[in-house]
Amino acid sequence: MGSGFVTLFIVSLIIFAAIAVLPGDFAKVALGRSATPETVANFQRSLGLDRPVTERYVSWIGGAVKGDLGVSFSSGPGTPRTVNSIIGPRLKNTLFLAAIAALISVPMALLFGIIAAIRRNSWLDRSLNALTLVGISFPEFFVAYVLMLLLAVKLPIFYSLARITPGMDVVEIAERLALPVATICFGIIAHMMRMTRAAIINLLSSPYIEMAKLKGTAPWIIVLRHALPNAWAPISAVIAFNLAYLIVGVVVVEVVFVYPGIGQAMVDAVRSRDIPVVQGCALIFATAYILLNLLADVIAIATNPRLAHPR
Amino acid sequence: MINKPHDTAARHTGEVLLDIRDLVVEVDNSGVWQPIVKGISLSLRRGEVLGLIGESGAGKSTLGLAALGFNRPGCRIAKGSVSFNGIDLLRESEGARRKIRGTRVAYVAQSAATSFNPCARIIDQTIECAMRLGGLTRQETIAQAKALYAEMQLPNPNEIGERYPHQVSGGQLQRAMTAMAMICKPDLIVFDEPTTALDVTTQVEVLASVRRIVTDHHTAALYITHDLAVVAQLAHRIMVLRHGELVEEAETERMLNHPQEAYTRSLWTVRNLEKPEEAPTQPILKVSHVDAHYGDFKVLEDICLDLPRGRTLAVVGESGSGKSTLARVVAGLLPATSGTISLNGAALASSLKQRAAGQLRGIQMIYQSADAALNPRHTVMDLVGRPVTLHTGLKGQACARRVVELLEMVELSEHHITSLPSELSGGQKQRVSIARAIAADPEVFICDEITSGLDQLVQEQILKLILNLQKELDKTYIFITHDIATVKAIADNVVVMQRGRIVQQGPKHELLSSPRHPYTKALLAAVPQMDPHWLDGLLNDSTASLRRQERFQVASAKTQDTWRPARLF
Repeated sequence: MGSGFVTLFIVSLIIFAAIAVLPGDFAKVALGRSATPETVANFQRSLGLDRPVTERYVSWIGGAVKGDLGVSFSSGPGTPRTVNSIIGPRLKNTLFLAAIAALISVPMALLFGIIAAIRRNSWLDRSLNALTLVGISFPEFFVAYVLMLLLAVKLPIFYSLARITPGMDVVEIAERLALPVATICFGIIAHMMRMTRAAIINLLSSPYIEMAKLKGTAPWIIVLRHALPNAWAPISAVIAFNLAYLIVGVVVVEVVFVYPGIGQAMVDAVRSRDIPVVQGCALIFATAYILLNLLADVIAIATNPRLAHPR
Repeated sequence: MINKPHDTAARHTGEVLLDIRDLVVEVDNSGVWQPIVKGISLSLRRGEVLGLIGESGAGKSTLGLAALGFNRPGCRIAKGSVSFNGIDLLRESEGARRKIRGTRVAYVAQSAATSFNPCARIIDQTIECAMRLGGLTRQETIAQAKALYAEMQLPNPNEIGERYPHQVSGGQLQRAMTAMAMICKPDLIVFDEPTTALDVTTQVEVLASVRRIVTDHHTAALYITHDLAVVAQLAHRIMVLRHGELVEEAETERMLNHPQEAYTRSLWTVRNLEKPEEAPTQPILKVSHVDAHYGDFKVLEDICLDLPRGRTLAVVGESGSGKSTLARVVAGLLPATSGTISLNGAALASSLKQRAAGQLRGIQMIYQSADAALNPRHTVMDLVGRPVTLHTGLKGQACARRVVELLEMVELSEHHITSLPSELSGGQKQRVSIARAIAADPEVFICDEITSGLDQLVQEQILKLILNLQKELDKTYIFITHDIATVKAIADNVVVMQRGRIVQQGPKHELLSSPRHPYTKALLAAVPQMDPHWLDGLLNDSTASLRRQERFQVASAKTQDTWRPARLF
C-alpha cells in the first residue's frame, strides 16, 4: 500500500519533469508567429509559466492530492475551464467502455483458458491457441478496420462511429459500442486466456496433481480444485495488466471509432500543448496501473495459503 | 503389544490380489523408446506386504505406479499385464481405472510436502476419494478421517485436518497421507519411499504407524524403498531390483540372512564403512558462544566448538535442529548476532562482505543438491574454471589444465569438461561440486548433507572420495548429516544438535558407544538395523516408549519452530 503511494509520487515527478523538458511552448503556439516577446511573456505570466519549475510542481501536486488537476490552458479570459471538467466526462466514457469490455473478456478468457488446459493438445485447444495467436499478432487498428469493413460497411449491422450521447437507451448504446468492445476483447482475451492456460498447465506437472490423478480424481476436477486455486497469483497479475490496458491503452481504438474517451482527450491535449490536461491524463493512467496491480498483489497474497494462514 | 506382520498366515492362504506379468515400461528418450522396466512379474496376496528395493533408476516407482495402471507422462506400458482383483487394468478404460484408484488401490508418495495441494485443507484432501465414492455424508467421512488420524497417532486428530499442509511437520504430513490412502479402506496401498525424506527419529514413528495400520486392516502393500533395514521391518517378502530387472526375490528373513546375488550382498556392505578415529590436532577453526537469529527468532544458541586441522567434525541432528544454519553462520552467509568465529587464530567477521579474500577462500561449501548448486547452463569447464581463475589467476590453457587435474582428483575424466550438469549422473554432479570447492584450495570444507540425495552405492563412493582427499590434501571437514551410518564412515568428532543448541559433543567412538544426552540416545536408537525384529524391540522397550514420548513433544514443538528463509545459493 505504502509502496503504491511512493511509486505514484515518483511517477508524478517523472511526468512533470518529462513535460517540463519537452520542446514547444504553449504560449508561442497559441499566439502564433506574429506574437512579440512581450505578449508571449505576459501570456506566460497569466498562465503561471514564469514561475520556477519546483514551485509549479508543488502547487500542481498539492491540487492533485485534493482532486483538483488545475486549469486548462485553453481557458478563455474570464471563463476558466478546469482540467477536471475536460477529463471528467471523457474518463467516465473510458471507464464505461472498459467495464463492458472487462465484463465480457475476463470470464471468457478464464473459461477458454480452463477449457484449453483441461483438453490440452486436443483440436479444441489447438484451434483456440491458433485463434488467440492471431488475436495477439494483429495490431488493434487493423482488427478495428476489418471489423468495421465487415460489420458496418458490407453488412451494416453495427455503427462504425461509437458516438454516444446522454439519453440513448441501452440497446442503442450496445449497438454503438459493439465494434470497439469486440476489437478490445479480441486482443485482451487472447492474452489472458493464454496466460491462464499456461499458469494451469505449469502446475499440472506438480507432484500434488499426480497424487490427485492417483486418487482417481477426474481431469476437470483436478484442474478446477487442485490447479486453479494455486494459479490465481499469475492469473490475477495478467488480468490486472489487461484491465489497466483497457484504461490506458485503448487510445487507438478510441481514435478509430471516434469514441470520446480519455485517450483521445490526451492526444488532443498533446497536439495543442495543453500541458495541465496532459499531466492530468498521465497521472490518472499511472494511478489506474498502480491500483490494479495493487489489487493483483492483494489477490496473490489472499490466495497464498502460506501468507493467508501463517503457522 | 503390536502384531508382527510376520505372524500372519495371509501370504500362504490369501487369494492373489495383484498379479503383474512380464511388465515392460518404456520411457521416451528424445524420440527413442527405451525400456526402464524390463519384463518384471510379481504377485501379491491379500494382506501381504512386499518390499521392493534397489537404487534409483531400478524401476521401483514405475512398477509401483503400474500397480495402479498408471504411467508417468513420457512413459508407456509396452507389454505385459496388470491384473488387480481379476480386473485387467491395462485393458480397462481410463474411466474404469479412475474408479479403482484411490478407492481399491491407493498410493502414498515419497514427499508428502509436495504431494499435498498447498491450497486445500488436509481434511478436504483426505476425504476427497471417499466423497467421490459416496454412500456416507461429509460429516460421517470426516469422523472416519479423524479416527484414522488418531490411529496414525497424529497429535490433535480432531483439529489437525483443519490445517493447511504447510502448517504441519513433514512426519505428520506423511502420516496424514497414509490416512488419506486408508480412507476408502483399499485392498492395496503402494508406499513409494514414504520415510526417505524424514529424519530417523520421525521415520520410526511413521514406520510404526504404517505397520500397525496395514496389519490391523489386513491391507496388502507394495513397499518401495532403497533402505533394506526399513523394508525388513514391514515386508513378508523382498524383491531386489536393478536396472529394471529382478535381481533376487525371497522371504524377508532369508533375504537378510542368506542373500544369493553379489549385488544384493553389496547393498548390505555399504553400511559397514567406518573410518578409524584419529588423534586430535591443533584446532583450525574455533566457534565460541555463537548465537544467530532469523529476524527475532533465535535459531542458534551458545554454539561452542573446535575443529581440529585435518579431521572431520560431523554435525548431526534432525531437520530444523540448526545444522545447516550453523554452516551458514560459519561460512558468513548468515551473520552471527553474538560470539566469535576464528580461522587459523584470526577472527572472522560475522558477515561475508567484511571478510578478507583469503578468509573467503579458506572456507568453501558443498551443498546437498548439486542440481540446485550448479548452474544448469554452464559446462563443467565454466563451473570449475571460474573459481580456478578467481583464486589462482590462471587463465586459458593453464586454467584448463588445472580443471582437468581437479576432475581427476574427484575421479572424473577429461572428457567431462564440456558436459552440462544435465548430462551427468547425480554422483558425477556431486563430484563436480567437490572439484569446484577444491579449486579454491580452502582449508575448511563445509559439506551440507552432500550424500543424502544419492543411492547407497554412490554414497559410499563419494564418502571414500572425501576420505581420500582428506588423506592426500590434509583438508578439514565439517560434515552435516542426519545419517548415523555416514557419521561412522567419515567422522573423527561428532556434535549433536537439537533445536539450535549443541546437546552433546565429543570423539566419535565415545559419543556412539556411550550417548549421555537422552536425545543422542533416541537418535542412535532410531537408526534402522538389519534385523526384522528391530522395530518391535524398539517399540516394546519401555525406556524407548519414554523416549518416543519425548520425541513426540519435540515433534509438536517443531511445528512452530522450524521455519527457514529460502536458501540462498
